[in-house]
Amino acid sequence: MSPQTTWSFFAEHRDEIFGATLDHLALVVIAMIIAILIGVPLGMVIVQRPALRAIALGIASVFQTIPSLALFGFLIPIPFIGGIGKRTAIVALVLYALLPILRNTYVGLTGIDPAVLEAAEAMGMTRAQILFRVRFPLALAVILAGIRTATIITIGVATIAAAIGAGGLGTFIFRGVALVSDALILAGAIPAALLALLADFLLGLLERRLKVS
Amino acid sequence: MRQNFGVGRPGALRWSLPDVLLSIEMNTKPALYFKKTIEFREVSYGINDIRKRLIVSGISLEIPKGETLVLLGRSGSGKTTLLKLINGMLLPTAGEVLVGERATSAWDLTRLRRGIGYVIQDAGLFPHFTVAENVALVPILERWEAARTAARVQEMLQLVGLDPKEFAHRYPRELSGGQRQRVGVARALAADPPILLMDEPFGALDPVTRAELQREFGALARRLGKTIVFVTHDLREALLLASRIVLLEAGRIVASAPPQEFLRLDHSEVRAFTSSLNITPGVSA
Repeated sequence: MSPQTTWSFFAEHRDEIFGATLDHLALVVIAMIIAILIGVPLGMVIVQRPALRAIALGIASVFQTIPSLALFGFLIPIPFIGGIGKRTAIVALVLYALLPILRNTYVGLTGIDPAVLEAAEAMGMTRAQILFRVRFPLALAVILAGIRTATIITIGVATIAAAIGAGGLGTFIFRGVALVSDALILAGAIPAALLALLADFLLGLLERRLKVS
Repeated sequence: MRQNFGVGRPGALRWSLPDVLLSIEMNTKPALYFKKTIEFREVSYGINDIRKRLIVSGISLEIPKGETLVLLGRSGSGKTTLLKLINGMLLPTAGEVLVGERATSAWDLTRLRRGIGYVIQDAGLFPHFTVAENVALVPILERWEAARTAARVQEMLQLVGLDPKEFAHRYPRELSGGQRQRVGVARALAADPPILLMDEPFGALDPVTRAELQREFGALARRLGKTIVFVTHDLREALLLASRIVLLEAGRIVASAPPQEFLRLDHSEVRAFTSSLNITPGVSA
């Protein structure tokens, strides 16, 4: 397989590749939004509740250890969230993205200069005010770093979601493996890699802007 | 918007809750002015562990309005614990601490603390707020009008010797240690609290800056007429600032006297402190 044939394959199928990239992006964005909506508030809660902390972080870690293909498989027979298609894929992606978001939210909220928290308390800020006006803004860069990690993981894992019929760039990769076609595999892998690099770059920019030294 | 130091605008404290949510816990009553400011009645405080160790015990102490009381003692003598018992950061395990003739255990602690300024060694400035926003914090929490808050920030920065034009928009990381402590004092005084608690506020500064701030603060304290409780392990500082020095040893009060008489007291711990003042260059005792 020469670079020329790969290139001509890309050129011929650019609409398909572009469509699959958009599908892929949609999977990632939806999964990330759900994971953030669960992970960040949950992280805030476990800061105040040590009993819940071990359980929540433990469960999130366990999901991380399950091989992604197996997790997709496990979810298929489960009613409501399971089955074949995008919905199941999103559930699995959320479970993967949760740990870095949850852990970084927790670490960010607890890793604040004790003198700052002491001053906040002594000045008569309520617990809610300390959380939303002091802890949260100071933790934001760390939380964002977690979201960045989770996004990159999700972009990669989402390629495997094609195995359960969720579409996206994985479709090319699986087809390419089956047909032993490098051009097909690259048609899935290169856009996925570019997406990951782009997400990393953009979220990195945002993170630097929010960092408070 | 920069002219008003960014303090009056809605949302000036970034990431604040929506106003609706905040107003639930807000209370617009002005800070209380206390007559007989602070009183310790047979107060003990201990950590509730297996050893039931008492950090301070049998403390009885009255602090009249306008006094600058210095709590002097070695590390671990219980000075900071006494300070935190005043603003309810700690509640006594026995006895009671009265502030404005009401026990701290009976106070709404948020209200109590808004009437008590607090300055600590590392200043504890909010790194994500500008100097102006740091100073404006309690007035904003107390729902002051924007114009009044902005004027107050100006006034406070001038009071502690920082030019508002130059410093209002800086972040704490852009200040020297001495400047940070000045902002800490300005912030503590912003809502005009009748009581000021200071926990070794100048302890981390270099000796020259420390002496400078001690002198200025001494003058400021006399002018403001607030009730000040000041924690230090530095006898020089205590003598310079105090209207009364209370010496703590192992969680108990062992001496209490105005600075002039303090040096003449006949107590081993007093002598231990006074001997720390005597230095002959080149000779270690």
